[in-house]
Amino acid sequence: MSPPVTDLSDQQPRLTGKALSAGYETRPVLKGVDIAIAQGKLTVLLGPNGSGKSTLLKTLARTLKPSAGHVYLDGKDIHHSNTRDVAKRLGILPQGPIAPEGLTVKQLVGMGRFPHQTLWRQNTKQDAEAIREAMAYTNVTEFADRNVDALSGGQRQRCWIAMVLAQKTDLILLDEPTTFLDLKVQVDLLELLSRLAHEHGRTLLLVLHDLNLAAAYADHLVMMCDGRIVTSGPPSEIFTAANLKRVFDLEARVLHDPESGSPVCVPRKQPASGLAPIQ
Amino acid sequence: MTKSTVLLLSLLLAASAGLSLCLGSFPTPPLEVLGALTAPQNSDITFIIWELRLPRIALAILVGAALAMAGAILQSIVRNPLASPDVIGITSGAALAAVLFLALLSTHFSLHWLPFAAMLGALISALLVISLSWKNGINPSRLVLVGIGLAAATGAGTTLLIVISDDAAAMTAYVWLTGSLYAAQWKDVEGILPWLLVPVPICLAFARHADAMALGDSVAEGLGVPILRSRMILLACSVALAGAAVAFAGGLSFVGLIAPHLAARLVGRNMARLVPASALVGALIVLYADLLGRVAFLPKDLPAGIFVAGIGAPFFVYLLHRTRRQR
Repeated sequence: MSPPVTDLSDQQPRLTGKALSAGYETRPVLKGVDIAIAQGKLTVLLGPNGSGKSTLLKTLARTLKPSAGHVYLDGKDIHHSNTRDVAKRLGILPQGPIAPEGLTVKQLVGMGRFPHQTLWRQNTKQDAEAIREAMAYTNVTEFADRNVDALSGGQRQRCWIAMVLAQKTDLILLDEPTTFLDLKVQVDLLELLSRLAHEHGRTLLLVLHDLNLAAAYADHLVMMCDGRIVTSGPPSEIFTAANLKRVFDLEARVLHDPESGSPVCVPRKQPASGLAPIQ
Repeated sequence: MTKSTVLLLSLLLAASAGLSLCLGSFPTPPLEVLGALTAPQNSDITFIIWELRLPRIALAILVGAALAMAGAILQSIVRNPLASPDVIGITSGAALAAVLFLALLSTHFSLHWLPFAAMLGALISALLVISLSWKNGINPSRLVLVGIGLAAATGAGTTLLIVISDDAAAMTAYVWLTGSLYAAQWKDVEGILPWLLVPVPICLAFARHADAMALGDSVAEGLGVPILRSRMILLACSVALAGAAVAFAGGLSFVGLIAPHLAARLVGRNMARLVPASALVGALIVLYADLLGRVAFLPKDLPAGIFVAGIGAPFFVYLLHRTRRQR
């Protein structure tokens, strides 16, 4: 891992999106989004289903071409850059990746070295070192020779994260990395990811579903609704009952954890008589 | 462990080729075979070994290897274990072109042109499958479905042609369709060789790309794989290999499906190892299928395709059964 860095917040953002519109087929999802990903921070995209948070992440990751607007990585349009060069600086983990049958953990993590390898230069010392470090950091070293498909959901997700770490990129984008996992496993993964930002100076962008986990672990929250960014900022400022109502149409109270001070939302229970019809 | 597996397979293939050299309608003791090989004389044995058995064995090995590698590449780039050159229409396109040639053109042109007709058919059907399934690039599942559809359509065309053509042409077409190495000559071996020598190094060079694409398109894209280009190059290699095999040995089905699966059990799905291992397994399958065809029903010489399909069809059913149970 790179040496610990204390604060990168004054640094220029390296990944930015300008006036992004994107979508699938005829359905536009993003409608002119501007975003700059803060350096060395853990940023979380939050929003209801269909709000465009995954679409925004995919567009920033270059897997989806915008219909209008540009994504810039280090000042260059990412969709017109050499994809291998981009992969040396930006790693992505899509939602719910599936490992092929019979692939071992070490082989999977080793795939993260792809952008650094050429036909003539494979399995160098650097490769071996990056793979070892990534496996150690994510605690999967003991499974190195096991098949990925034989592991539990949380272990498997740690292996995929190890693959992205072996890529040794400063920027890492993850699409719903904690979905379908137990709460404890989600917390462990988010601890691991926030350490990456805070202790190793990596810049992370995550799509998360769980509001309270997002509020607890994000340095910076971006709330999206209907293809637009509604509001963004630190959770202490924007994770409010009014914003949750605006973005999620959720009636909730926001309390504060007495220990950490981070905001927590508690849904308001509807009175028994006023049951809303099930949609 | 995997390196020794490949070595073991190579030794097994060499031994099987040796066995195949000794057996036939005129069994030859190993020592005489060795003698004919090392010191060719103007004798019957030398002729049988050098001009009849050796080219046939060499062609069986090359054809089996080509089909198996074509299947291994295809299965990995479309992420579908049931894909193979014959399932997605490459083989049937070649077959239609070959039968078309036999039924309509063989009176005007020499049979030497048959491989070219078959190769052209394979190429045209591959291009058709790709362009019909194209949608912002190659979508693997669409490719397989369109391929299956095209295979059915070309299969119908082939049947129609056989029914309406005269008996002699129909008979030749029928034997060709089953897949046979009968009367293989050195010039066939020379003809097929370049079609292996070019694609094999290319697909080995792109083995890492195929491994990355096996993780899914978005993961591969994140790792910096130029997906469309790599997939096109690998697909072209697969078509060249399958087309060549079909051109020189006819419609040997199922080798491209079974061999990669058997090889994957031995060495795993890593392409740099899977391709050579598949080639060896495919070569073994066709070699033994042809040996059985040559010696099991003497004096009849049966097409190798019968034996490949005889084992291949039940295996295909088993594979479908297993995939169904996983879901």
